[in-house]
Amino acid sequence: MNDHYTRTAVTLHWIIALLIFTAFPLGVYMHELPLSPDKLRLYSWHKWIGVTVFLLALVRILWRSTHRPPLLPAAMPAWEKFAAHAVHYLLYALIVAIPLSGWLMSSAKGVQTVWFGVLPLPDLVAKDKEIGDALKEVHESLNFLMLGLVIAHVGGALKHHFIERDDILARMLPFLGKKSPGIKP
Amino acid sequence: MKRLLLASLLLATPLAYGTEYTVLLPQQSSIAFISKQMSVPVEGSFKKFTARIAVDPAKPETGKASIEIDLASIDTGSAEANEEVAGKAWFDTKNHPVASFTSSSIGSTVKGQYQVIGKMTIKGKTLDIKAPFTLKQSGGLLQIEGAFPLKRLDFNIGSGIWGDTSVVADEVQIRFGITVAAAKK
Repeated sequence: MNDHYTRTAVTLHWIIALLIFTAFPLGVYMHELPLSPDKLRLYSWHKWIGVTVFLLALVRILWRSTHRPPLLPAAMPAWEKFAAHAVHYLLYALIVAIPLSGWLMSSAKGVQTVWFGVLPLPDLVAKDKEIGDALKEVHESLNFLMLGLVIAHVGGALKHHFIERDDILARMLPFLGKKSPGIKP
Repeated sequence: MKRLLLASLLLATPLAYGTEYTVLLPQQSSIAFISKQMSVPVEGSFKKFTARIAVDPAKPETGKASIEIDLASIDTGSAEANEEVAGKAWFDTKNHPVASFTSSSIGSTVKGQYQVIGKMTIKGKTLDIKAPFTLKQSGGLLQIEGAFPLKRLDFNIGSGIWGDTSVVADEVQIRFGITVAAAKK
């Protein structure tokens, strides 16, 4: 039976998590800064991280669609399973949609996104102040939606680990060690 | 009477070569620039400028141009940056509201390609610059188009913390498209 994530899935999960935990506070911090070379630098770094998340997210979705993840514990109530799946699907959608909205916003604001200062991404929308401002709202709202979902996601994982004491967290964090399947200590 | 006729014929002779274009059409003219920020080309423009131009497309070498740019009319693409570049570190528009260019000579490089050499004054500093350009006649109008690189730090544009060329490159592309109508006879 399929009771574990592939090493690739685990690695992608944590790399993307780490990048998001860097880009999110960076985004919150940088947009308040007065214009300076540092601000321009931070914006570029934020965009580079975002493009990286976007590309890894595509790889991850491809991987996910070809490798079934382990099932949730049979003992979980149906509504909890539903909630867990809903949060997962939304998070998958957001790790694509958020960088995409940032990329489009950048184009609309007249600043092309050039990954690591080397690879230019095409401008899919033309420069337009109103569209740029609207996309900024979209980017921001999606991020706060993600923040809420990440809190639910992390909260759920911790609840499984410390309250239900099952393998849910350990299967994504292999160093926690695996408990014997189906047997509660 | 004959003499007068002869004199007027002589006076009219230069016109026989072609038409001199002198009337600037600001709505159909533009002065834009492309700077590189974190390796990203970002376009901006100057909305207000005046030009005294006299060019006969039959003899461009005898042409003359002097252009004055209202630096406060800059549009960098963002209000925050427009405010920033008006400041002392950039154009210092309070003390140096105008950038000017006066042609010294015009030469022909290859057929249909010309080069103007002249003096550019920005922020109290005057330097020789060269700019290639082409001429295009259509519908009674003459379009003068060209582009040339300008090193912003030669004119102390963006000094201090902004002197870091890894954030904003030293070289800025200036693009001009000037449309002039024929002189009124």
